Parts: sequence; C-alpha cells; structure tokens
Amino acid sequence: MAEMRYREALNSALREELLRDERVMLMGEDIGVFGGAFKVTDGLLEEFGERRVRDTPISENTIVGVGVGAAMTGLRPVVELMTINFALLAFDQIVNHAAHIHYMFGGQVKVPLVVRMPQGAGHQLGPTHSHCLEALFAHVPGLLVAVPATAADAKGLLKTAIRDENPVIFIEHESLYGVRGEVPDTPPGGTGEGEHLVDFGLARVAREGSDVTIVGVSRMAITAERAAETLAAEHGVQAEVIDPRTLRPLDLDTILASVAKTNHCVIVEEGWPHGGVGANLAALVAEQAFDELDAPVQRVTGADVPMPYSKPLEDIAYPHRPQVVHAALASLNRIRGGA
Amino acid sequence: MAALPEPDLAREWLSTMTLIRRFEERAGEMYARAKVGGFLHLSIGEEATIVGSARALREEDYLISTYRSHGHALVRGTPPENVMAELFGRVDGCSGGRGGSMHMFDLSRRFMGGYGIVGGNLPIAAGIALASDYGGSEDVTLCTFGDGASNQGTFGETLNLAALWRLPVVFMVTNNQFGMGTALRRHSAVTDLQRKGESLGVPGMRCDGMDVLDTHAVVAEAVRRVREDRRPVLVEAVTYRFRGHSMADPEQYRSKEEVARWRERDPISLFGRQLIEEGVIDEAEGARIDEDALARVDAAVAFAESSPFPAPESLYDDVYVLDQEARGWYSVRTSDEAAAPDGGGEGAGEPDGSGEDEISEQLTEALAAGEDGGEAPPQGV
Repeated sequence: MAEMRYREALNSALREELLRDERVMLMGEDIGVFGGAFKVTDGLLEEFGERRVRDTPISENTIVGVGVGAAMTGLRPVVELMTINFALLAFDQIVNHAAHIHYMFGGQVKVPLVVRMPQGAGHQLGPTHSHCLEALFAHVPGLLVAVPATAADAKGLLKTAIRDENPVIFIEHESLYGVRGEVPDTPPGGTGEGEHLVDFGLARVAREGSDVTIVGVSRMAITAERAAETLAAEHGVQAEVIDPRTLRPLDLDTILASVAKTNHCVIVEEGWPHGGVGANLAALVAEQAFDELDAPVQRVTGADVPMPYSKPLEDIAYPHRPQVVHAALASLNRIRGGA
Repeated sequence: MAALPEPDLAREWLSTMTLIRRFEERAGEMYARAKVGGFLHLSIGEEATIVGSARALREEDYLISTYRSHGHALVRGTPPENVMAELFGRVDGCSGGRGGSMHMFDLSRRFMGGYGIVGGNLPIAAGIALASDYGGSEDVTLCTFGDGASNQGTFGETLNLAALWRLPVVFMVTNNQFGMGTALRRHSAVTDLQRKGESLGVPGMRCDGMDVLDTHAVVAEAVRRVREDRRPVLVEAVTYRFRGHSMADPEQYRSKEEVARWRERDPISLFGRQLIEEGVIDEAEGARIDEDALARVDAAVAFAESSPFPAPESLYDDVYVLDQEARGWYSVRTSDEAAAPDGGGEGAGEPDGSGEDEISEQLTEALAAGEDGGEAPPQGV
C-alpha cells in the first residue's frame, strides 16, 4: 500500500492505462501544458507527447463528440471536462450520441469513452461551478456513472472505466482531490496480476454496523463515515455505511442486504432533492424492501437552491456531519423529525 | 463542365441516383400507407450531391450523414432491402429496427450513420478522422450536413478543432436552400456558405449539386487535398429539395413556381440526357435502368414486409455492452409485463393493420397544423 492523494491516484490510473494500451488517449481543456485545472493530468504531456495528451479549444460539446467518434472507430479516449457544470454544454453529445449510439444502431458499434469531471461545493465558486449533478447522468440508460470517494476507488474505478466497452461518466469530487488515502501498490510491470482494479456495480461497505444503514454518494460517503463515528461515540448507535461507488450499474443488492439487517435507511447526497439520486434509491428500497423497513427512508440532500457564493450560505447549502447524525437518530425514533 | 467518367462508371452513377429516387418515392408511398412511422425526410432532388460526393471516396473512407440519409446508406452499398426494413421497423433493418429513418447505419460499409440532431454528426466526424490519423491511415471522412447545421455551435467548434489538429475531414454542406422551412437568407447572415469556414481556418469550395459530374469533380479534389495535406476543407453543394422537409410539411414557405424552376434542373434527367447525347447509353438502356431501380425497390418492399418485427423480449438488448461477469443493476425494468412476449403492456405486441388509419391521421393532423406551428403530435423535425 502507498499513501497518495486522490488526484495522484487518478494520475497514476491514467498513466498506467496510457502505458498499457496504445489506444488510450486524453483530451481536454488545459490538461497538457497547464497540467490540468486540478493537476490530475500533471506530467502526462511530457511523458506521452501531444499525440496522446491533447489540449483542446474550449468547446465542450465538440470535445466529447470527438471522443464519441474516436471511440466508435477504435480509440479509448478519456475526455476531461473542467467541471460538471461545463458538461451541460456537452449534454447533446453525452445523451443523444454517446449513450444512444450502441442501441440506436442495433449494436453494430460501441462507444468505449470516458468523460471525467469534478463536481461539488466548498470553494465558493457559486452557481455555475459547484453543483452535484450525478442524478442527471444516472438518469440516462446507456451511460455508466462512477462516483469515487476515496483515492483507492478513484484509481481502481478509473482503470476499469477506461477498459469498459460502454461510455462512462466519471465524476470526481473537487474537495477530495487533495485528500490522502491508502492505494494498493502497482505490481512490477504496471499491469497484470495484483493490479488494483475496482469492479463497477460493487458497493463498498465503508463501515459495518447493525442499527442503521447510511448510503453516502460521492463525497457524502466520507461525511457519512464521520457521522457514523459520532453516532457510535455519542449515541451508541452502530451505523453501516455504504458507498455505492457506481450509480450505473448500481449494487442495489448490498444496500438491500444491509437494510434487511438494520431495518433503517438514510441516504446522503450533495445534489438536489427533487429527482435526485436519493429519491431514486429511496424508491428502489421502498419497492424492494418495504417489509424490512421499521421507519420511512430518510434523505439528507443539498439545499434546493443554486449554489450561493457567500461562505455562510454555501456552508448550509450542502450536508455536513450533524445533519446525517440527526437523520439517523430520527430514523431510529431517538429524536423527533427528519433531517 | 467536368468530363464524363468511364462508361461503366457513368452508368453506375445514373443507376444509383435512379435507385435513390425510386426508393425515396416508394418510401413516401409506404409512409402514406402507414408502413413507416415517425418522420420521413426524403432526398429527392439531392441525388447528385449524394452520388457525386460518395463516389469520390475510397471504400475504406468514412461517410457520415444526417437524418436525411437513406440515400447515403444506398450509395455505400447497403442493400435497399435493409434500408426499407429499417423504415418498416423490422429486425432486418440496417439498424435492427432501433433507429428508423433518421438513424441508418452500416459499419461494414463504413457508413457511420444518420443522426437526428442537427449538427450532431460534425464532432463525431472529427473523432473518426482523429482515429484515422492516430492510427496512421490515409482514410478520409466525408461529413455531410445541411445549410441549417451551419448555424449550430458544433459547426464552428468542429471546423476550428479539425483545422487546428489537421484532421482529414471533408465537410460538405448540402445547401438545399432551407433549414426545415426557413429559407437560407432568413437563417444565415452569410449565404455564401463555402465562406463560413474561412475564419476557422477551413478553406471553402463550391459545386453545382444538381450536376453529378461537377459535384464529383469538386469533392474528389477536396478529398485529394484533405488526404494529402491533412487539412479539412468545406465544400458547399448547391442543390434543392424537391419534396417537403419531411412528409408532414405543407410547404407554405415557398412557391410552386420556385419548385418548378428547380425541377427543370432535375439531376437525374440532366445526367441521363447527357449520357444519351454523348452516346454512353441509348433511350432503351435509360428505360431499363429505371425499370431495374423499380424492380429493386419492389423487392425491398417485399423483403421489408416479410421481415419480422423485433421481439418484445429484445427491448433491453444492446443498451449496454455486457460481459458475463457484469455486476449490479444496469437497467431498471420498471414493468416486466411491458416486455413480455404476449404483450401485457400498453402498446406491446404485434402491430396490425389497424395502425394504418391511426398514422394517416397523424399525418393529416400534422399537415393541418403546419409543421413549424404547433402543438399537434408528430410533426416538425
């Protein structure tokens, strides 16, 4: 094991895949000479050259579309978009094209494309650079959606994403780039046996517990773990924390098994409540495990507002540990009211 | 005027243009008889732009088109049977009945698709060219789109990027004078479309899109330059759509006189007469070419009629590429009954003859509403 930052884990995943497969190439705004807006691609231009690491014009829809065409004809492009909000400019290529081409052309052609982007609040970037929009992408059949919360998952999921035959929306979190974590070592030779890959559709049980299930999405998996520590230390409640890691495919079985054990479920996400990931998970849990529940599913979500700039407002516009603790206790009927 | 090609080639060009014309006419009839659903965009009048440009390509070059793409599939050699079966929504359709009129595709012939979003195919064309370049091949991509698409963001973005990265793409704007029902002078500040790439580093050329020889000569030159110089070129093919934008188009935006004037330059009659005058074919052979096209279209309709509809249980096929170890829920099947073979769900099961009236009614409503207008069901693009 080596300790590294989330951004370094992503960088090593890209580097290893570039070394492993000649078809892998990177495109994005300022990923080369500048080294990436968040330094995820630092050093890769120098190592792999301009043929494989390409700075692009600021043309999000076209960059993604170029990735689609290249993926259809044999390459494995990894496109970086500077933030998830900018991905909205590329929604046509992501939804109408990347997601649908395999289906609408009767399975004749595949689109093994990865589109990477960071999301999340916390840096006072206001309403156009701070949102959590994973629900928009998870909504679309044909796309896969990964939301890694740890350095190890960032690396393992990205390597898997690049090898997958489907278009993958790979959603990083801006506030996690500098966070350190243990990442399994790369075997000698870079690839092969012992290599760190994380399967899609396999949730991570971040903490085991028997009293309440807390599902945390993206950075909220970390917030949920912290809340679980408080619940144990101050309330004697043992929470089981589940990080789904991918929203499509979704490891619903692990969530349902946990709910069958704890009979209580709290879902934590940074995105908006209406039509959010939590709303979807709550519906699935209610449909599949209604008889296991001793209380209604609790959701803790971002505030239903565009993200404000001012620090005190931004701080209360996305979930923190106390709200999650509160929701868990409410689910257990230890206090009144929901989150 | 460009010189005639070898006689066999000239005959093939005339035959293919005639096939496209007869195919489109029959497709229109089948639409009126409710054999074809959705929208149907015909390329009648534009056959020279299709055949002249595609015949400037090598077999290994790529062609990518728009929602008006039956002719592009046919010109690349996709059998009319499979194109018609796609219109009929049958399993033997060239997209397996998943795409319909706007989404033809034939990977084996490097026809990289029809696309329903105006301008959606331009970035994809650049990506295909990037892969060609990356792999060190000489392949060129020909990307066709309409005059309306030259106003989309992807036009400026893609031309800039293709010029910057020296990608081997011939962008061909098929200027049929209308973006749906909006005339060129009403939708584009610059109507000299070949110049629209200049500020983006993409030089322009123009051809007479009613003349297959001129179209071929100009596009062949563009393809040669692109292949050799590794720089994109924009070609404007000036043509005219004889029929409405789609079948649901009352054509209130143009006069019958204007259409009649353009019809005098019908690209197929023009070329056919030229071949007779030059002694390449005689009247009898001209008639035979037409009869052959009609016979092939008859066979295509018969084939499409006899091809089965996709089975309801195939609904979820090919949403994802799945290997055997795939974990987790990829798709949520909200209603198992909807996908059941015996058709428990609404709209499932075998369509029957009763659908005909329903679709004719759609068409009538759309005509009555006016395509650009309003709120009636399937109309517009």
